[in-house]
Amino acid sequence: MQFPESWLRNLVNPALDTAQLAHVVTMAGLEVEAMAPVAPPFNNVLVAEILSAEKHPDADRLRVCQVDVGEAHPVTIVCGAPNAAAGLKVPCARPGARLPGIEIKVAKVRGVESFGMLCSTKELGLEGAAEGLMVLAADAPVGADFRSWLNLDDTLITLKLTPNRADCLSMQGLAREVGAITGAPTRLPHISDAPVQIQDSLPVQVVASEACPLYLGRVVRGINAQAPTPLWMAERLERSGIRPLLAPVDITNYVLLELGQPMHAFSLPRLEGGIEVRLAHAGERLALLNGQTAELAPDMLVIADASGPVALAGIMGGLPTSVEAETADVFLEAAFFAPAAIAGRARRLGLSTDSSHRFERGVDFGASRQAMERATELLLDICGGQAGPITEVAAALPARAPITLRLARLKRVVGIEMDADQVERGLLALGAQVERQADQFVVTPPSFRFDLAIEEDLIEEAVRLYGYDNIPAQPPAAPSRMLPQDETVLADDVIRQKMVDLDYQEVITYSFVDPAWESGLDADARPLLLANPIASQLSAMRTTLWGGMLETLRHNLNRQQERVRIFEMGRVYASLTEQPMKLGGLAYGDVQPEQWGAAAQRTDFFDIKGDLERLFGHALDTRRGTHPALHPGQSAELWVDGKAVGWLGTLHPRLVQTFDLPGAPVLFEIDSTVLARRSVPRHASLSRFPLVRRDLAFVLDVNIPAGDLLSALREAALPQVQSIEVFDDYRGKGVPENQKSLAIRVVMQDTQRTLTDQEVDDAVQKLVDTALNQCNASLRT
Amino acid sequence: MRNPNEIVADALTAIRSCADLPALEQVKAVYLGKSGQLTELLKSLGAMPADERKTAGARINEAKQAVETALKARRDDLQQAELDRQLAAETLDVSLPGRGLSHGGLHPVSRTLTRIQALFRSIGFEVATGPEIETDFYNFTALNIPEDHPARAMHDTFYLQTEGLLRTHTSPVQVRYMQTNPPPLRIIAPGRVYRCDSDVTHTPMFHQVEGLWVDESVSFADLKGVLADFMRNFFERDDLPVRFRPSFFPFTEPSAEMDIGCVMCGGEGCRVCSHTGWLEVLGCGMVHPNVFKHVEIDTERFVGFAFGLGVERLAMLRYGVDDLRLFFENDLRFLKKFN
Repeated sequence: MQFPESWLRNLVNPALDTAQLAHVVTMAGLEVEAMAPVAPPFNNVLVAEILSAEKHPDADRLRVCQVDVGEAHPVTIVCGAPNAAAGLKVPCARPGARLPGIEIKVAKVRGVESFGMLCSTKELGLEGAAEGLMVLAADAPVGADFRSWLNLDDTLITLKLTPNRADCLSMQGLAREVGAITGAPTRLPHISDAPVQIQDSLPVQVVASEACPLYLGRVVRGINAQAPTPLWMAERLERSGIRPLLAPVDITNYVLLELGQPMHAFSLPRLEGGIEVRLAHAGERLALLNGQTAELAPDMLVIADASGPVALAGIMGGLPTSVEAETADVFLEAAFFAPAAIAGRARRLGLSTDSSHRFERGVDFGASRQAMERATELLLDICGGQAGPITEVAAALPARAPITLRLARLKRVVGIEMDADQVERGLLALGAQVERQADQFVVTPPSFRFDLAIEEDLIEEAVRLYGYDNIPAQPPAAPSRMLPQDETVLADDVIRQKMVDLDYQEVITYSFVDPAWESGLDADARPLLLANPIASQLSAMRTTLWGGMLETLRHNLNRQQERVRIFEMGRVYASLTEQPMKLGGLAYGDVQPEQWGAAAQRTDFFDIKGDLERLFGHALDTRRGTHPALHPGQSAELWVDGKAVGWLGTLHPRLVQTFDLPGAPVLFEIDSTVLARRSVPRHASLSRFPLVRRDLAFVLDVNIPAGDLLSALREAALPQVQSIEVFDDYRGKGVPENQKSLAIRVVMQDTQRTLTDQEVDDAVQKLVDTALNQCNASLRT
Repeated sequence: MRNPNEIVADALTAIRSCADLPALEQVKAVYLGKSGQLTELLKSLGAMPADERKTAGARINEAKQAVETALKARRDDLQQAELDRQLAAETLDVSLPGRGLSHGGLHPVSRTLTRIQALFRSIGFEVATGPEIETDFYNFTALNIPEDHPARAMHDTFYLQTEGLLRTHTSPVQVRYMQTNPPPLRIIAPGRVYRCDSDVTHTPMFHQVEGLWVDESVSFADLKGVLADFMRNFFERDDLPVRFRPSFFPFTEPSAEMDIGCVMCGGEGCRVCSHTGWLEVLGCGMVHPNVFKHVEIDTERFVGFAFGLGVERLAMLRYGVDDLRLFFENDLRFLKKFN
């Protein structure tokens, strides 16, 4: 909310300068978001009248003006503004004046002496650009100091109000609050009942009385809607961010700002029959003041006449019944619409109005009649006319139930003892009724506070007025219990650190991605889609981390990075209940950074598989499989404890093109909860007897995976066999075509005794037989 | 018998001229070997008369010793020279860089999260997590934000086409945790949150850390104490000014915004703090009784406080990052500055 400081000072004037006032208000919860002077500093500018404007003898575009500045004789001023003309009142900077960026001196302009400068709004720093001289009102007092005449030594204050403080959405409410915070006396506007001179009225029927518990209406006839809005009112409206339009509208807007009561003025002749306040019927439409036509829903409250809706209650008036320059008779409305009946409707229609903003948060129903009288008074003053009686339809208004505030509870929540007298004074200053009992207060909140309903609300008010800063910041005392440390789960941080140690850079990419990435990576992917994405390329909830990682790769390759090794730990999204955490990795470019001591080698499948084995220890099992995003010959499904947990592979050549990459990265993605699982180590006694190693070379079909042979051998191995590992994969000379030679090292040991030659031979023979039977692999000779 | 001294003199000359160990071994054979000159001399003693034999034997042994001493000395010298040569030949340019992989690094947001978690864990907060696609109930209703409440307008919410929404804050984790864990409890909940807002100072996804402490006696003064302690430790500034201002969140009452003295300008006023000297860093307050009611916690017995802080904001202030969007562009040149 924006308002001029002068207006507030007019209602409450604490002995604080602008900065102090802003601080005090901010610290009481009404955050001052911005402060700006109404006008930049300048001096020696007067209200002047141009008496004559003649063309400059030596310059086509200049005029020589005789200007009345309120002195005995007119002064001569040369002016280049296109709108300089006799009879205009304009601001005039006299010699010696300092304007933003210029100092005014007596000067000869093309041979004519000029005693000052006639000013535009731009030259005075009031606006960024201007077409010509600033034209002042015809009744502007010639010779008056321009700054003080327009009250320019003023500050625009913008408050960032929280939604609970609807009561501060008016100057009256704000003044009351500042009075409560600072203790300064308030001078709230004195409002007297307007004289009732005619008996005209309009019947009002409130059908939706729960949504509209109070409706005040009044007929005023014979006004001059074209009467000029007084300068003081226009200035306050403008400085509060509302553009003056037409006096009756300006008056209702002014009352909204002053008292917080949104009002509406209808053109009386345009209303057919009486007023009805009801919910909209399905299919009804209304042309609104802003030109938009609203499709009304049955939960929207409307003001209707015999012909149908004429206003969207509490949100915006209708165009056909709006007050225009020719309107002579009006029907004024001041109502209380329940917040629940208004909330959300404006937003659904794409609207946000000063009125809906206030009604959604709560308007002071105790001041609606006052507002009606105020608006009538101003209307009669400014536009003339005669007022009829107020028609009032009232139902059950929100009750302000008494709330008990226990001093013991206050102390417990706040943490310190607060002075009960001080608490009481604070609550009273807020306008509440306070009944003090032995160790508690019974507090009845005022009608304008919609946010005080329970004890905690009063606690907040008490502490707020006491000052949050006056509550000590104390380190809490709590029982010292240790946190559990589950040794069978690796913390995410530890997994991240392992990836960092393996030379991967962590990235964080958006959870919503381009749907094209998702379908590109997997034509069958059916990602969850956002109903209201920020952009279409951020509209699909990712089902894999790879899209973001490939985009990151592309982004960095475009920035001349040649070796990219990245990882991300984050969720992918399958449904409301299934959002598993994944670890994804991508490596592109050389295995090692370019260096003198090692030959460059491109990263391939086995480099990344090695990284994964380092992450998992030996629990990882890779099985050949095909994934739509991966090269069919270079992809593997990852298994842990008999469950498929992820994928590893080289990007499919088709996607290398789609993502516009110069080469294929190797990628993996794995369920990170599986990754985190591990067992607590358990010691078994070490053998004191010698190891026996046997190296065996098997020749077998190239299409049989080494893993198949290894698992067959491991399965069949006698107990004395400790480990079976591949140490060579050879194809070529000496091995038949379509065959390969796998060299296997077998290590045997017994914990109780030295193995005999026979036991060793038996174990080897078992393996050789198994290889032949299960993988058709024969010993190489 | 040849004069032993002459033989010694010859031997010493020969030893001195040896350039390497094999040559030296050959010289040793010539004088001390099986048929070496001094060995032969000793063999000839037997043929001597007994009275001469003793003196001659003594002279020969002296000569032998002299040759052996010289041989040893020369051998030592040659070995040393050999070692020196080897060492010289094996000398490396130790200024060349080491070999192997480089090291990666954590994303600055992760790094900041790790730091935040470590600080809160040090006073007994456990880490809790929750889903990012949430229901309206957990994101709003259970947090005392009924439908059409104006506070919902403060959260620009992403909705899914089917069901659910992207959580707008980490506060739903409070509710989920309290549903399954009885108080007393002390948790922080870090994670991604989403708002449909994207400009210079907003990204549609960012990170928050939620904090919750529920016990029989925790107070607003404790809340201030914990958060002031946290900020001072996070920024490693014991004299960091902090202040608390009344504010409004539907799920806390009383509610507060916490400001810290601007860490960029020291409170003098700069662009970062909009010339106020203060930076708004988090929202907090005492848990609203309606939130406790949703999770069936007795509000007469238990009190609690909660807070929520923006991780990117703290990371920007801590590390001097001036553009929020850098965090999600994932430019390696930017990320590597945090390794």
